[in-house]
Parts: sequence; C-alpha cells; structure tokens
Amino acid sequence: MNVRLYLWQRATAAVMAPLVMVHIAVIFYATRHGMSAADILSRTHGSFAWAAFYGLFVLAVSIHAAIGVRNILTEWTPLPERRVDACVVFFGLVLAVLGFRAVAAVVLW
Amino acid sequence: MTTELSVSLWRGAQHGRYETYRVPQRQSQTVLDVVTFVQRHIDPTLSYRFACRVGVCGSCAMTVNGKPRWTCRTHVAKVAGDGKLEIGPLENLPLIKDLATDMQPFFEKWRQAKGAFAPTQTRNDPIAQIKPDTPSRKAAAAAIECINCGVCYAACDTVRWNTEYLGPAALTRAWTLLNDERDGGNIARLQAIAGAGGCHACHSHQSCQELCPQALNPTAAIAALKRRTAAAYLKGEIKV
Amino acid sequence: MTGRAIKHRDSALWLAAMVHRISGLALALFLPLHFLTLGLAIEGEARLESFLRWSDQPLVKAAEIGLVFLFTVHLLGGLRILVIENFDWRDGQKQLATLAAALSAIVAFAFLVRVF
Repeated sequence: MNVRLYLWQRATAAVMAPLVMVHIAVIFYATRHGMSAADILSRTHGSFAWAAFYGLFVLAVSIHAAIGVRNILTEWTPLPERRVDACVVFFGLVLAVLGFRAVAAVVLW
Repeated sequence: MTTELSVSLWRGAQHGRYETYRVPQRQSQTVLDVVTFVQRHIDPTLSYRFACRVGVCGSCAMTVNGKPRWTCRTHVAKVAGDGKLEIGPLENLPLIKDLATDMQPFFEKWRQAKGAFAPTQTRNDPIAQIKPDTPSRKAAAAAIECINCGVCYAACDTVRWNTEYLGPAALTRAWTLLNDERDGGNIARLQAIAGAGGCHACHSHQSCQELCPQALNPTAAIAALKRRTAAAYLKGEIKV
Repeated sequence: MTGRAIKHRDSALWLAAMVHRISGLALALFLPLHFLTLGLAIEGEARLESFLRWSDQPLVKAAEIGLVFLFTVHLLGGLRILVIENFDWRDGQKQLATLAAALSAIVAFAFLVRVF
C-alpha cells in the first residue's frame, strides 16, 4: 500500500458509501414486492439513470476490490509483489468487464 | 505457607521450547521479579533484559500470557489468576536467546521513517521560542513520550504480516517531528512514510493504542499522517 | 518469534478490522457470480426469471441473508475507518465498532423476515 493506492481506495469507498445504501434499499424493495425478472427488467430497460448509477458502482468497486485484495495477497500470502500486482489488475479487469456487461444486460436487453 | 507459580519461560532461539519452573509467589510480585528469581536461584543460563525495574526505561518488555507488556510494571496477581504464567520474548523481532530479542530492526525502521530531528539552526542562533499551546506543539506533546520499548511493534499484526511496514513507534516519532516547528526535514520525512511499508499500511487494528504502556495513541498519529501525506501527494510535494 | 497466538486479538477493534477484511474478501469473490447472474438477461428475461425462481429455495435465501450482512458490515466498518482517518480522534471506538456489527445484524435480520 502507498499513498496513491490509499487515495484510490478511500475515494472509491467514499463514492460507494451512498451507492451501497441505495443498493440495499433496492434489494429490500425488490424482495418486498416479490419482483420477477420481468418486473425488474421493465424498470431498468433503457434507463440512463440506472445505467449511470450501476456503471459508476461497477467502476468504483473494480478499483476498490482490486486494491483490497492486493492488501490481502501481500500480507497473507508469500507471493512476490509483481505477481500480486498482475493478479489484482487481472481481477479488477474481470470485475469491470463482467460488471459493465451486467449493466448492459439489464439496460439494453 | 507460600503458594507456588507455574512459570513457563521460552528457552533457546527460534527453535526453542517453553520450559516450566516453580517460583514462590510473593506479595506485590511483578513478572520481572519472577524472571529474575528463575535466573538467580534456578537457572543462571536464562537470558533476559531489564534496566530500571521501575517502569521508565522500557527494556523489560516481554510477551506475558500472550500480550506484550513491561514485566516490571505487570503485577503477577493481575495476570496469573490461576497461578500460571507464560513468558516469551517480544514477537515480530529476531530472537537472540530466551527472552532477549534483537531490537535492531525496530531502530532501523525508526531511521527509515526519518525519525531523527533535522535541525535548521545552529548553537549560535538564539533558542527557538516554542509556544506549548499551539495545536502542532500539543499534537507533538501527546505523542512524544515514546521510550522505544517495542510493545506496540510486538503487538502489531500489520508488522507481523508486512515485513516492510515501519510500525507504530517509528511512525509516531515521525508525526512528532512533523509537528516540530524547528525541524526542516518534513518533505523527506513525508516521502519516507508514503511508500510501501509507510503509514498507509496501517489497518487501524489499534493493538498499539490498547497496549502502549505510556498511553500513547499511534493509531491517531498514523491517521493524521495519512491525511498529511495525502495532502502532500495531491499538492505534488511528494511522489510515490 | 515463538509464534504463540497473541492474546490481544480478542480486542473488539481487532475483530472489527478482521470482519471488515473477511467480508470484503467474501464480497469480492461473490461479485463475479453476481455479475454473471445479471448477465443472464442477455439470454432473455425468461432465463433470468428461471434463475430467480431457483434462488427462491431456503438455502439460497439463507446465503443471501449472509451476503446482506457481509455487505452492511463491510459498509459500516468502512465508514468507521473513514471516520478514524479523516476526523479528529474520538474515544469510544469499541462501542462504535460493536454498534456497527449490531446494526448490520439488524439489517440482515430485517432481510430475513422479508424473504421467509
């Protein structure tokens, strides 16, 4: 960890704090109303607002989770630093790709 | 009729073992008294460190029943409720023998954190007038009483897991110097504590703060360092 | 080092940090699965719907309750860290940490009541 990674991790955390609260509210709303896939998708289809909200969420979490996992790998495994960096960059990219794909899936399809 | 304590002491170096001794329990006995009794009356080959015996030097720190403490300030009655004591060397430091560790890495990290005063004046200049009630002087005063006993370093899991981590004591000292108006080495110091192993490695477990025998708060000092280094980095004063 | 378990690990604050780390790791591992599930919508609404029906079973719902707990506890633990690092020191950290854990449990329990 260094000052640059620290700033990215804390900044994405601060950005996500309100996003997480909204997401929890969404989860509760969806389960209370027993929403089906059709119900959910009818709300998200073509919605710029949901695309922006979850798109931002995906971007922030990809960075945040990658740095967090980096800390765990450097402290709890004997992997050398370069290997760790490669792993977490890959992991962050996987999250971003799958995440944006999921956002596209519910907004565009 | 005196009761007896069952005292397990670490013997040997890295690949040693705990050996048990029977020590008579006495009133107001400290853990240091117990260790001293073993060395003087049972086994003179026991190696351990102490100096002042009265809680001002920090030399006698050891792991007592799983926690790093000053043995001269730890009453047996408080920690050996069931008559058992387990005493080992401080963790996170190379072991020389028995209860004596090599403090060199601890002090080396002190140096790496730029924990030494960088003067800006000479003996020919007038004495600097430092007001005791400015916020920076108060911050320095709150953190300055560290006597390098190593308890925080031994307690810190981040030190344990991250060999580069400078540790709570070195970072707290850096914090006091950052707050010293007379010091001229702050850019280099901020740079030294902003890289890998610097203040950002701290996860705020707060074992340091809970166990510091001087009631210092390295967690708070390190949190302040995180803010300072972040500001310096964003202003371009330091690089990573 | 003698490698003996260090007893300070029974501190509430150490535990809070550990829960924060483990919950983060669990969420990080869960996320790709979550994204892949949502991506089922690409194959059509019926595909996503059949997954939602599958996830109605008690064991999956129990796992979801666990996830809600992890999610909330990670958020609150993170807020605790942001407070420590960005504001002046405040005492009562242990109480705050315990409160965060309790709130997360309440939120997870509320979710449990909703889904069962």
